[in-house]
Amino acid sequence: MTNHYIDLKNSDCILIMGSNAAENHPIAFKWILRAKDRGAKIIHVDPRYTRTSARCDYHVPLRSGTDIAFLGGMIKYIIDNNLIQDEYVKYYTNASQIINANYDFQDGLFAGFDAEKRSYNKKTWTTEKDEKGIPVRDYTLENPRCVYQMLKKHYERYTLEKVSSITGVSKENLLKVYKEYGATGAPDKAGTECYALGWTHHTTGSQIIRAMSIIQLLLGNMGVCGGGINALRGEPNVQGSTDHAILYNILPGYLKMPSGSLDTLTKYNEKYTSKSTDPQSANWYQNYPKYTVSFLKAMWGDEATPENDFGYSWLPKLDEGKHYSAMHTIDAMYAGKIKGFFAYGSNIAVSSPNSNKVRKGLQKLKWMVNVNLFDNETSSFWKGPGVDPKAVDTEVFLLPASASMEKAGSQSNSGRWVQWRYRAANPPGEAMSDGTITMLIMDAIRALYREEGGPCWEPILNLKWDYRNSLGRFDPLKVAKQINGHYTRDLVIEDKVTGAKEVNKKGETVPSFAKLMTDGSTACGNWLMAGSFDQKGENRMAKRGKEDPTGLGLYPDWAFAWPLNRRIIYNRASCDPQGKPYNPKMKLLEWVGDRWVGDVADGPWPPLADKEKGKFPFIMKADGVGAIFGPGMVEGPFPEHYEPLEGPLTKNPISGQLLNPAVTVFKSDLDKVANADQKYPYVCTTYSATEHWCSGFTRWQPWLLEAMPEAYIEISNKLAEKLGLKNGERVKVASIRGEVTCVAMVTKRLKPFEVEGKVIHQVGMPCNYGWFNPVETADDSVNHLTPAVGCPNTFCPEYKAFMVNVSKA
Amino acid sequence: MSQELIKLIDLSRCTACRGCQIACKQWNELPASRTKNTGSYQNPPDLQWNTWTLIRFQEHEDQSGNVKWLFRKDGCMHCTDAGCVKVCPTEALYHTEFGNVSLNVDKCIGCKACMYACPFGVPKFNAATNKIYKCDLCYTRLQGNQLPACVLSCPTGALQIGPKDIMLTKAYKRAKALGGDASVYGDKFVDGTHVVYVLPEKADVYDHLPQDPKIPLQIIVWKEFLKPAGLMVAGAVVAGAFLHYITHGPKMPEEEITSEGGDKS
Repeated sequence: MTNHYIDLKNSDCILIMGSNAAENHPIAFKWILRAKDRGAKIIHVDPRYTRTSARCDYHVPLRSGTDIAFLGGMIKYIIDNNLIQDEYVKYYTNASQIINANYDFQDGLFAGFDAEKRSYNKKTWTTEKDEKGIPVRDYTLENPRCVYQMLKKHYERYTLEKVSSITGVSKENLLKVYKEYGATGAPDKAGTECYALGWTHHTTGSQIIRAMSIIQLLLGNMGVCGGGINALRGEPNVQGSTDHAILYNILPGYLKMPSGSLDTLTKYNEKYTSKSTDPQSANWYQNYPKYTVSFLKAMWGDEATPENDFGYSWLPKLDEGKHYSAMHTIDAMYAGKIKGFFAYGSNIAVSSPNSNKVRKGLQKLKWMVNVNLFDNETSSFWKGPGVDPKAVDTEVFLLPASASMEKAGSQSNSGRWVQWRYRAANPPGEAMSDGTITMLIMDAIRALYREEGGPCWEPILNLKWDYRNSLGRFDPLKVAKQINGHYTRDLVIEDKVTGAKEVNKKGETVPSFAKLMTDGSTACGNWLMAGSFDQKGENRMAKRGKEDPTGLGLYPDWAFAWPLNRRIIYNRASCDPQGKPYNPKMKLLEWVGDRWVGDVADGPWPPLADKEKGKFPFIMKADGVGAIFGPGMVEGPFPEHYEPLEGPLTKNPISGQLLNPAVTVFKSDLDKVANADQKYPYVCTTYSATEHWCSGFTRWQPWLLEAMPEAYIEISNKLAEKLGLKNGERVKVASIRGEVTCVAMVTKRLKPFEVEGKVIHQVGMPCNYGWFNPVETADDSVNHLTPAVGCPNTFCPEYKAFMVNVSKA
Repeated sequence: MSQELIKLIDLSRCTACRGCQIACKQWNELPASRTKNTGSYQNPPDLQWNTWTLIRFQEHEDQSGNVKWLFRKDGCMHCTDAGCVKVCPTEALYHTEFGNVSLNVDKCIGCKACMYACPFGVPKFNAATNKIYKCDLCYTRLQGNQLPACVLSCPTGALQIGPKDIMLTKAYKRAKALGGDASVYGDKFVDGTHVVYVLPEKADVYDHLPQDPKIPLQIIVWKEFLKPAGLMVAGAVVAGAFLHYITHGPKMPEEEITSEGGDKS
């Protein structure tokens, strides 16, 4: 979230799209209802009418996988009706910049497409710079090649008729949402968007979020109270795990994972250190090398020296152009290229797409370790449906883990609040915390390396690995301190202006990432977390102060929010170039005299109107402004509607490109696709029920199982009538990849769509069930049906739109 | 002196997350039943001896064809003029100092009279123990100045508890703010209930919600005229049970819980 949960109450209009907030983020909904009490409009756009819809002002049904068309129509509406927050768009976004003359967009393809590689050469996706390297700007926004005009041109095609025909949303409903949300372009109004997996689980997932970011920038809704783009993240500490890099393509703090061609630290830093010659751009990522060196010092301690590039060569490197997402890993596993596998706190036999392929892949492993609270479909794959245990050679280890209440540590919520939690109970039996398990395994590996030697020994034996407490047990506080960072030697920092000297002692925790150095005098496991301890070593994550000095719900003394306890990021954009808040009733920040008052400001510099020292508000961007034109994406700088890998149409109604051109399509014999195939005529989406957790370890909890006992498919009464199905009857659901059984839940909450003149039925199934338990039904995972394909930026699978058939069991 | 309390259920804030339903089971240590999906989110299908509160899910189509999904937390209404208390021959059911109706299970003889006396269908019988069970508004928690488990679990503020007058004021204020068909349900019958709803829709739209809840006439007759005689009958039952005990030995509740409430955990 750019903002935080409590801040939802400050909004004037909340668009819940790509999220079932009431069911999957029940606590968040408390704040949404507070906003409603204040008179805010709450809108739910979703293929299904859910418990969220029931509590919103209204629900607008939309066909799965057509969100960009819906949002593209909104961009057009905002521009056509001049609802933009004019000053904000001119000064705080790249709307005024001039796009490269060779950039082009034709019939669904941007300039530079390589059809063979399914990827783009992005060299023309740039904006013009003057001789000093500063972006050329036309603040009248009239230059035909300025971002604003090019945006207008791009979305000209997204007419009400076209969008309605693609999405299945009536024109009246489109207008209702566009009008209501567009009204938040007034400087003293804020609209926010809550999304979750309903947006990320698409082959266009990242671009859906980009489309909304454009809307938020046009309406001046970023960096303000009650605004922002708010990803509601899951209970499994999704926020924390991405912050700390449980992904193949990043290092902690979203630093880039190096690839093979970047064989020295200098090359790596050169590539990723942001450059700007604009005196009004803070260009925060010019500090990139400080974060990488401090990270390497945290990894390898005294062994990391300037002479050995701080151990940079010990970091694993990605092969150039190769990806290592879960889907790629499973594809390699199925191809027999992977020997051993750790399923750490996961149940991929249920949760990963195309489960048949996943389970066949597991059979090709030599060994697998599953660290989990319960035995599950993954650890027991060798005795699953249709598997002959005698034919499986994989050796499986199941290590019992402790649940979140049985261990201390930090938990990061979606609003970036990192909260320290204490252990409430001891883990049962032989169960251990993940930290202990990891520590013991690594201890054993290091002992083996010491005794027997082995390849790549340096990163393993040089690793700083002293995370035990005085009793010899794993100590999460020690890990947290290492993540926060410390001075590796006595360091005197002299203030260039005042000449004042600040003395920092070796071993003291660093209070801010602004203190990190490139010379190895600081170590920091994750620069974003610097300041989670103060310099005296007090754990700010454990703070529980309930004061709210601004009255806006920021609660600065409750836990620690990265970065630097900032509660709303890009907050300088809440003020005009003179530093006065756009919305005087919600003073998030104000420039008073010579400083910012309110939230922790996004940097100390004066507001933009100060031509000498003033800075643009979006300090993490090289040019300091919000990106309406976003060349960082792999499939285009403006979001474009493409159909899902499997949909009901043979042709994209808006261009000649049916599928997102940059999508990776796996080619194994089990990666079958049936687009617009009459054997699989219904659009299906998947989701989690309130009552169950992800891949379903809550199926062991009798009360939750009592409340949601069996897998089900929600189908409209119209489709049930057509198929002759009765409510509560058992049915078979099939895609070209597999088949599952479940109970038909016939409902008036789902309605067929009219898409391109045809009636399209939408169905939905929860993802929480599997064959292992409950044994009475043994309904298997819905992911037998889903395709292994995903967003080319993130490789988040397309669980939310694919095609099925439904018949009596 | 403790105050009379009201639990306010504001259905316009209920997201049907069922936290209350589960929290009730946890605090009261009620075993789960092995249920089936019958084509509804509502499960268990009804209140049971081991399900004292339940979210009812109802799809409602209004006259113009708009579909609404209605949620209602069902459970004991804790009546002032409580049929169950009136009819109970052993005073197992009784009013506490907070106005709620509590149950002393040890005193229950399983006569089931309360089940017929309750206009809301709340008390449920467990054949295995030969006793009835129902919500007591977490009486022991109230005594300890704690919120009832359901109220504590509610994430949105749909459930609140507080002094009667304050809660009723809140309820009417909320109904007024909601406008339209919203109303307050509970204070106008059986001398007022200690559970009060704010209903966003007309009361007659909700399934299983009596429009004019009354204690059945025969119960009033029982209470006013026949109870002394009834107690004599109960005395005879106790005497009979004692005779049974000395002739056949103690009859223990069955260990195996019946299919209605089989605990497989």
